[in-house]
Amino acid sequence: MNNLIDIMQMSPEEIQDLINKAMDIIANPGKYSEACKGKILATLFFEPSTRTRLSFESAMLSLGGNVIGFSDGKSSSAAKGESVSDTVQTVGCYADIIAMRHPKEGAPLVASRRAGVPVINAGDGGHNHPTQTLTDLLTIYREKGTLENLTVGLCGDLKFGRTVHSLISAMSRYKNVRFIMISPEELQVPRYLITDVLEANNIPYQEVTSLDDVMPELDVLYMTRVQKERFFNEADYMRLKDSYILTPEKLRTAKETLSIMHPLPRVNEISVAVDDDPRAIYFKQVANGKFIRMALIMKLLEVNA
Amino acid sequence: MIIGKIKDGIVLDHITAGRGMEIYKVLGLDKLDCTVAMIKNADSIKMGKKDIIKVGQIIDLKFDVLGYIDPGITVNIIQNGELVKREHLTLPERVRGIIKCKNPRCITSTEQELVQEFRLTDREKKIYRCIYCEHEAPNPEE
Repeated sequence: MNNLIDIMQMSPEEIQDLINKAMDIIANPGKYSEACKGKILATLFFEPSTRTRLSFESAMLSLGGNVIGFSDGKSSSAAKGESVSDTVQTVGCYADIIAMRHPKEGAPLVASRRAGVPVINAGDGGHNHPTQTLTDLLTIYREKGTLENLTVGLCGDLKFGRTVHSLISAMSRYKNVRFIMISPEELQVPRYLITDVLEANNIPYQEVTSLDDVMPELDVLYMTRVQKERFFNEADYMRLKDSYILTPEKLRTAKETLSIMHPLPRVNEISVAVDDDPRAIYFKQVANGKFIRMALIMKLLEVNA
Repeated sequence: MIIGKIKDGIVLDHITAGRGMEIYKVLGLDKLDCTVAMIKNADSIKMGKKDIIKVGQIIDLKFDVLGYIDPGITVNIIQNGELVKREHLTLPERVRGIIKCKNPRCITSTEQELVQEFRLTDREKKIYRCIYCEHEAPNPEE
């Protein structure tokens, strides 16, 4: 069974194939408009999401397929205490493919073992969010023409930010990539990523607390939101939520070719004044999310245009 | 102290001193009707002190469980008074149903009857991670 639970399941070659497919979809959207005709995507979102769910649904509709699902666990049988296994075995009878978001880490893996149809992890708690990483990789590739020879700055909540963890793991497999991780000490990248991914593969990295000091070096600046839902403690959230805010002034020393990314939604970590800067590509990133999901759905359903 | 040789059975040797009783319980040896001997703090040239368990019948052993709890154990299978097989255990790649994930955000904390499963991610440091959430398991030797 084809599933996507963790980005590291995919080799760089498989990711490149998917990027190439997404690029072709962008260039020739009409060619793909009936690629999934007669197929049904179920979006099972046990946790609220705007972008990811709509992106999946838009992707499937653009492929000529149909969509069913729910956008809140409270409106599903999970509210009655139904297990993930039972829910997906039921949905697997109605749909050809499932995209699932769940607050519990590992829920999509459980689902993939029971659904009988391909399962895509659309985010499991603070753990994995592989389609966001695919979106990020497509975005970087479209901007830079490569995923190699880049200095990538990651800024904000690097402790709980699942998109950051997956991006570090995925990009550590490309040549001559260097990471600069910018965060308050309380929100640094988990140690296992440093030891098991970066140091184990001799990837150069720096951990710093000042964005200003490293700004001129960056090819990519990946901003993140300090997410309230990842904290057990309100006081810690309030203390750290405004740690790093990107403004036009802060960008004065940045390269002309810098790409400013953000998985969105933002709260206030990127000033709205930055949106008009041509280096701000976070809304292009959103559009790329749909195209890469189209390519992924086609791959997992084993359909061609 | 003298404990006689066994004719048919299993000898678990080189158990880390002090862990014998834990292994006795995990393997459910208390439920057997045959002779079972637990030797604590036996002298050992290699280890200084060690525990040994002798079981007077050949039973199916959960090698993954044993390997996880105490990978230095040697398992000797005795038939008709002769040593017919000796296994040196190593850390198993996967461990099912022994370790409980401590991450409150893990799906194993809510999903009914889901078997807990961990995989070895660093043999040198003996690190196991939950296959569902990748949370690190407590070190079995601590």
